[in-house]
Amino acid sequence: MPFSLLKYGLNSDFPYEKHADLPSPSALKSHYDVVIIGGGGHGVATAYYLAKYHGITNVAVLEKGYLGGGNTARNTAVIRSNYLTPEGVKFYTESVKLFKELSNEFDFNIMYSQRGQLTLAHTDAAIRGFRQRVAINKHYGGQSELIDPQQIRELVPSLNMNPADMPVLAGLWHTDGATARHDAVAWGYAKGATSRGVELHQLTEVTDVEVQQDKVTAVQTNRGKISCGAVVQAVSGHSSILAAKAGFKLPITTYPLQAMVTLPVKPFLDPMVSSPSLHCYVQQTSRGELVFGGGSDPYPLYSTRSTMDLKEGLLANAVELFPAIAQMRLMRQWGGLTDMTSDYSPVMGLSPVENYYLDAGWGTWGFKATPICGKTMAQLVAGNGKVPELIKPFSMERFYRFAQVNEMGATAASH
Amino acid sequence: MNNLQRLKEPMGSLIERDRPVTFSFEGQSIVGLAGDSIASALLANNQWLISRSFKYHRPRGPLTMAGQDANTLVQLGGEPNVLADNQVIGAQMQVSGQNYSGSLESDRDALLGHFSRFMPVGFYYRSFFKPMGAWEKWEGFIRKKAGLGVLDLEAKPEYYDKEYLFYDLMVVGAGPAGLSAALKAADAGAQVLLVEEQRLLGGALSYHRFDIQGQQATSTLSSLVDKVQAHQNIQVMLSATCNAWFTDNYLPVIQDKRLFKVRVQECIVASGAFEQHVVFRNNDLPGIMMCSAASRLMKHYAVKPGQRAVVLTGNDTGYLTALDLAEQGVQIAAVVDMRESSLVSELQAAVRDAGIEVLCNSTVYEALATKGNKHVRAVDVRKISAPGEVASQARIIDCDLICMSAGFMPAYQLLCQAGGQLSYSDDTAQFTLSNLPAHLHVAGSVNGVHQLEQVIKDGQRAAGVALHNLSLGDETIEAVTCQSNHNYHWPIFSHPKGKDFVDFDEDLQAADIVNATRLGYRDIQLVKRFSTVGMGPSQGRHSALPTARLVAKATKRTVTQTGITTARPPFVPEKLALSAGRSFNPVRFTSMHHRHIALGAQMIAAGNWRRPAYYGSVEQREQAIQSEALQVRNKVGLIDVSTLGGIEVRGPDAAEFINRIYTFAFLKQPVGKTRYAVLTSEQGVVIDDGVACRIGENHFYVTATTTGVDQVYRQMLKWNAQWRLNIDVANVTSAFSAVNLAGPDARKVLQKLDSDVDLSIEAFPYLACREARIEGIPARLLRVGFVGELGYEIHVPSSCGEALWDLLMAAGKEFDIKPFGVETQRLLRLEKGHIIVGQDTDSMSHPGELSLNWAVSRKKPFFVGSRSVDIVMAQTQTRKLVGFTLDAIIEQPKEGHLVISGDDVAGHVTSCEYSASVGKCIGLAFAAIGDSQPGSSISIRVDSGALVEASVVSLPFFDPDNQRQEL
Repeated sequence: MPFSLLKYGLNSDFPYEKHADLPSPSALKSHYDVVIIGGGGHGVATAYYLAKYHGITNVAVLEKGYLGGGNTARNTAVIRSNYLTPEGVKFYTESVKLFKELSNEFDFNIMYSQRGQLTLAHTDAAIRGFRQRVAINKHYGGQSELIDPQQIRELVPSLNMNPADMPVLAGLWHTDGATARHDAVAWGYAKGATSRGVELHQLTEVTDVEVQQDKVTAVQTNRGKISCGAVVQAVSGHSSILAAKAGFKLPITTYPLQAMVTLPVKPFLDPMVSSPSLHCYVQQTSRGELVFGGGSDPYPLYSTRSTMDLKEGLLANAVELFPAIAQMRLMRQWGGLTDMTSDYSPVMGLSPVENYYLDAGWGTWGFKATPICGKTMAQLVAGNGKVPELIKPFSMERFYRFAQVNEMGATAASH
Repeated sequence: MNNLQRLKEPMGSLIERDRPVTFSFEGQSIVGLAGDSIASALLANNQWLISRSFKYHRPRGPLTMAGQDANTLVQLGGEPNVLADNQVIGAQMQVSGQNYSGSLESDRDALLGHFSRFMPVGFYYRSFFKPMGAWEKWEGFIRKKAGLGVLDLEAKPEYYDKEYLFYDLMVVGAGPAGLSAALKAADAGAQVLLVEEQRLLGGALSYHRFDIQGQQATSTLSSLVDKVQAHQNIQVMLSATCNAWFTDNYLPVIQDKRLFKVRVQECIVASGAFEQHVVFRNNDLPGIMMCSAASRLMKHYAVKPGQRAVVLTGNDTGYLTALDLAEQGVQIAAVVDMRESSLVSELQAAVRDAGIEVLCNSTVYEALATKGNKHVRAVDVRKISAPGEVASQARIIDCDLICMSAGFMPAYQLLCQAGGQLSYSDDTAQFTLSNLPAHLHVAGSVNGVHQLEQVIKDGQRAAGVALHNLSLGDETIEAVTCQSNHNYHWPIFSHPKGKDFVDFDEDLQAADIVNATRLGYRDIQLVKRFSTVGMGPSQGRHSALPTARLVAKATKRTVTQTGITTARPPFVPEKLALSAGRSFNPVRFTSMHHRHIALGAQMIAAGNWRRPAYYGSVEQREQAIQSEALQVRNKVGLIDVSTLGGIEVRGPDAAEFINRIYTFAFLKQPVGKTRYAVLTSEQGVVIDDGVACRIGENHFYVTATTTGVDQVYRQMLKWNAQWRLNIDVANVTSAFSAVNLAGPDARKVLQKLDSDVDLSIEAFPYLACREARIEGIPARLLRVGFVGELGYEIHVPSSCGEALWDLLMAAGKEFDIKPFGVETQRLLRLEKGHIIVGQDTDSMSHPGELSLNWAVSRKKPFFVGSRSVDIVMAQTQTRKLVGFTLDAIIEQPKEGHLVISGDDVAGHVTSCEYSASVGKCIGLAFAAIGDSQPGSSISIRVDSGALVEASVVSLPFFDPDNQRQEL
């Protein structure tokens, strides 16, 4: 047992106030230099990097619910960088690098767990796509390789090599693939940001955005009006709704995305396993539960309800992949909202409104980008709108230039 | 105790006393009675230790006896996490405990409990990661400790299936409210499905005592049950769980190995309430259970739960349980009532009259354990001095059983899944549910109604509302109120030494919850996520209320302001096999499938279809493909192309429709001609291609790619929903089978067959199409050139596909005809530089990049994607799909390899094969626009990491003037 635990056990008064990770609620000021709308991972990460690396601390993070309670809480915590486009691979590879050091940077364990991600090919077309992704990953410093069925058998002995009559022909083995405790990522950022003077206001909903002469000047909240120098919107799942309040339309359609978790069993599955053909991915958490995810729901909706259809389809395929788990028991099914773009890449950077910065379009790939988003969004804000190179390809106006960053093939059901 | 010492009848309604059943627990043989649950049989044999807790590995025994807690999770053979208090025993069952090191009886990991002070709530967030890299070592160790049961990875799949049911009304729960609701609705003519989770009807009527004399439940039960069972309009499902509420009353009911998917117009949830525990030190010891659990043990299983009991209560239930226990010979050491005095004084008097000591305004402050925390042996009872606080003077009372009842939490899960909101009054400690959707109703104790007469009325009231909605009744409906209060407002007595469990699943103590708020996690959801309270197998059934109370107090809010965490499906953990059902993976065979198999084809998947890849052994793959290709080039080959999509477009506007959908010009396409058809998306990306045949003035037959046809068909329907052109679109893919007869001798083969079409080059030139009869088979003949040889695509009704194949193979015999597969076709078309959409294109490819400008009409006003195509084609192009050849092959590039230009990725190889006809390795790749002219060279990075230089050449690679296909 680590010595660091002794101090809690031998200290009869733990926790002192000084141990608190998050400050108690405080009053809202009438002005902040920067207002970040959305207290999820991305919002607090942006605040953290602003405070720690740019010395900008007159910052309020406004969260309508609770810290990290939106898609930060609802995703399946997968971290990977094995995308298809050079722009995407560069971006997510930087994110993975940051993730690996977060626990020590925060002094708060996010339980980063690098167990690798295995994506299965059941068709020749998939093998071609994987070979391309491996090559691009390697070119930009990521860790991926194409492996054969024998290697797959050794890596995941419990896997059915012919699920749903679709033989496993090859695998994309991404050793960088990892998970982290998703909530802890948001808490670690919030802890680091608030300890440097950033204010986190939960239960504070932005009801309107005031724009004068194409420039943002203030936000209205359920707790009053706040004037501000700049606004960052980081409200994955509701990006279009908030952007409409700021007076513009985003190229986003919002679909529910569901996931599920079983009762825990003793560990038998280390890597995350995903089959794009079966629209299913599976990972076993540090608690021993299996987590399942699949594709977004087939129609747009602003509701996080669960459906029977999705459960049946997803679990049928999960059982095809791992027949033994038919005996396991499902404990919980839930949903989140995914802001999908037509090219499966985010919308980041400038907006039509001056000093109103976008961190949107996070579809099913938002959690894994949390650190790099925070870092680059902070650079964007601190640089008064000078867009960092890494996120230039993701600008909103790419859709007007037909300059999409298409990650469709590397995204579907492989999170 | 053994089975001979079971309680006398009428105790034991679920067991058959003359049918012993032997099973094993932890390797020991156990004899129970038929009808016993694993847990009741174990208790009857004095085996109280059933499981070890998740974190501290504390001994645990039954808590609810109704499958509502995680204390009885056991391993049943290869199946983990089985609820021992629900699972009926069977002969030879092999049951064992879970989550221990050594044995269940002596678990080495139980030491962890002694170190709990060093593991405060969320300790893992504060430790294990320093110095950098330390976590990687700790992680493996911690991961091994995770999980409860063990999954048998060799388990063979069992048969599970599904069934659809349709009823006017579903009643969830067959307690007094559910039974009376079902009866009332059925009497009025509604078709009712009554779903009960337990094995018998009656709910609380089957085990709970409602009155001093103990008569009311039995008489009410028999009258209700008799009527329900006799009613023609009521279908009863026992041991069946309505496990979720999905939108519009779409209700999954699980029973044994079947998932019933039930649609009902109206649904009444009479799911009852979960009895709540009292938080005190060591409240988790075996021998401590809910009052209802003790009642169930006696009345359902005739098992005497202990010899000497202390009843700890915050409501009248405890008194009634004490009477039940006393009647069955359990000595009652005391009834400890947390309230000032009982609300029903006659009840208290009755208990005192039975010689039972009643201690009011008191609580159990600590349970004292036998060695190893194996069982409760005594209690430390104290006066309550203030909410949650006790006097210093202790009275120790010996006992081997504690029955507790802090109150009842509505079984609100289904209702909250439907959007219902649960609120709680801090003054009255009562719950209310609001905001339910239409057609979903609530009745009985889940609705806060507890007195039996009122419960029955409430069931009838809910039925009245449902009947009104069903147009089967129109009586005025009056609300039912309930005066009695079942919830004690503060049943939480923290102990400085802890082990005062709020959440048994996760081993969370009162201080853990409070400390989470002190660390800044003040929102109930954050408390849950930080402490993991309510995240265990029982999903907060018992922890939600005390947690909400503790958080409310610690953050100076009310319980309603604090709220409770979200209820999500399923209601109880359900086997994945139930949702998965029967394995159903439909596969499509063409009408010629069996011929391919007979000819030794290697079949590959193309969507759901199976197609021949090539003919021959896997070891001979390369040779087979090369020889099939040469056969087509030199003589004649036959390929099954039945999987190609086929779409009929008919009507006066057919030409206009095709002209809008596809990029080429089709308005003036002559009848009897085919034309290449490219489909772009609204983003201007090429998404499919095929051939449009004008069969008649108002009739087009269009082909599409095998995997693309469904999408093409949907797009066509979608667009015409807007355009409203006078046409009809039909996907006839399965209606037609087709072959491509290709090679220099193709005409000669076809001429051998009796047909009514002139095959001469003048009468039937390249790109023409004809309707004809071949040996009596109605056929559509298309002269197309995908593989670049003289060829006929012959489309016939699928019923004639096999006959056509046989006729052509027979006719071709003298020309040495050979079948060829899809992989061979891939090589042949590559030699001709023809793209395969999806392989040689990606999600950004516009027609310009693919050199398909010739297939895009610039003259017509519109086609789907035309605006985007115009814009992107006007932009500076950055890449282009080019043909390349490799003279000396050191390492052949593979599809997916990158084209490297300086430090950048310029593109990738999309197709690459060795061509015997060309005598080189040939391929297609995306290259930087500057390197796209024939004569340029591109660098391809192959598997070894080396860069291979390839020459960009003009297309096609073979027969550059395309003379062969026009013969």
